[in-house]
Order: sequence, then C-alpha cells, then structure tokens
Amino acid sequence: MATREIAGATVEVDSDGYMTDHKSWNKEIADAFAKEQGIDELTDRHNIVIEFMRKEFEENGTGPSIRKLNKQSGVSTKELYQLFPGGPAKKAALIAGIPKPQGCI
Amino acid sequence: MSEYEPVKKVSLVCAKGGLEEVYPSLIMANGARMEGIDASIFFTFFGLNAIIKKTHNNLKVATVGNAALNMAMPMLKMPITIPFPTLLGAIPGISNFATWLMKNEMEKLDVPPVGEFLEMCDDAGVEIYACKMTVDMFKLTMDDFVPQVKGIMTVGEFYKKSAGAQIIFT
Repeated sequence: MATREIAGATVEVDSDGYMTDHKSWNKEIADAFAKEQGIDELTDRHNIVIEFMRKEFEENGTGPSIRKLNKQSGVSTKELYQLFPGGPAKKAALIAGIPKPQGCI
Repeated sequence: MSEYEPVKKVSLVCAKGGLEEVYPSLIMANGARMEGIDASIFFTFFGLNAIIKKTHNNLKVATVGNAALNMAMPMLKMPITIPFPTLLGAIPGISNFATWLMKNEMEKLDVPPVGEFLEMCDDAGVEIYACKMTVDMFKLTMDDFVPQVKGIMTVGEFYKKSAGAQIIFT
C-alpha cells in the first residue's frame, strides 16, 4: 500500500491512486484531487454527486453505477459527463475518496 | 502510472438483433464513454431492430440455432456444459422465457432495458447511426427510429466517421 501527500495530509492510496480509507477524506483533499483531474472548482452540483457516491459506498461497500446516479442523485447522466469530463464514475470516485468503481456499467 | 497508449475512439458495428447480440454493443459503447473514449454505434441489418421504435424494447434471446445456449440459466441451476436443446427452443414461449430470465439477471446487474440503455448511451455522448442500405431494404425512415439515432449513414460515411477509431464488429 502506497501513501501520498495531498492537501497537507498523508493518505493511503491503491496502485491507481484511489484512496483506500474513505474516512480520512476531507473537502480539501477533494479539491486537490479535482484540480489534478482538471476540475478547477467543485460546485454544488459536483458536491451532490460526491456526497451521493460516499453515501452509497458507506451503505453498500461500492460506489453507484451511472444509472443509479442518474435516477437517484438528482444529477442527470448528461450533466454528470459535463461535470466530470473524461469518465464521470472514475473521476467522481477518485475525488470522493472511495475506491475505483469495478462495474462495467 | 501506466505507460500504454489508451484507446481514444471506438466504432462499433451491431449487425444482429437478438437481445444477447445487442447488449454487448451497448455495454461496450457506454463503457468506452465511461473511460473517456469517444464511441459510436452503427446499426445494420437485423441490428436495426435495436433502434426501431416498435421493436427495440421487444428484442429476444434466440433459443433456436444458438449453439452456445446452455442450461446454466439461473433458476434452472444446471451445469453450463449441458446445451439447451434446439427442439425445446422451438416451443412457443420458450424464447420469451429465456429473454425474461436474461432481462431479470441484467436488471440485477443494473443493466437497463434497451430503450433506457439507448438514452443512457446518448446522454453519455455515444453517437448512434443506422445503415443506409438496410434502411432502404426495410423501407424505413428516420421517423421509425428512436430519437437517439443521429442519422442514416452509408458505409463510406461510416468509415469517414471512424477515422482514427478502432472498428469493432460485435
């Protein structure tokens, strides 16, 4: 298990750079991850997705599918792709401090 | 982290209209977008059934002449090595039953029905096209297709559109 410095904290990450302990996550870490992914500022819309993903992960042990995000988070698939360009499920999971999504869908 | 050159663009060709033949195209196109890869699907021949308003939500699993179909369907709980007898497959209702089983399992995996899947792909930025030659053969027009279909293309236009893409025939 590797560790890395981000936003003044030291966190454990897996080989793809995803946090392995979502409890050591905070908003500053989210901001720093977002900047690395080319998202300058996390808006309220981003935060809805991030909070939904964290809640899903805490309840089910895995992040939600894009379909579930679309139906339950209040953020449509179209908007999701605009908020997190170049791979919404992956990027949102990284920023939310939860593991990389494993599903194909 | 990784040194390989990722795929940047895929063009899928879906030429068959069985449920088990259409899902792979939709899953691969949507999956490409999830990875930030550009994706389009070119529906041709009976694959067109997947984008025709009247048929797209009624695709079936083929239970006749489907050599790989086996008894490992859930509920039947039989080994994957026992083939599904083609003669049984011809009994009315069997194809519907197999289709129902597959749809059920897909739903559990959070895979949407075809209509919703097309919307999801479209929202994700997948470009969906119908093949001109088959459209002419079946005497169809744009009005026959679900609204996610962006246009009707010739093979030449498909290749032009696919410049720089990996072309995948499913």
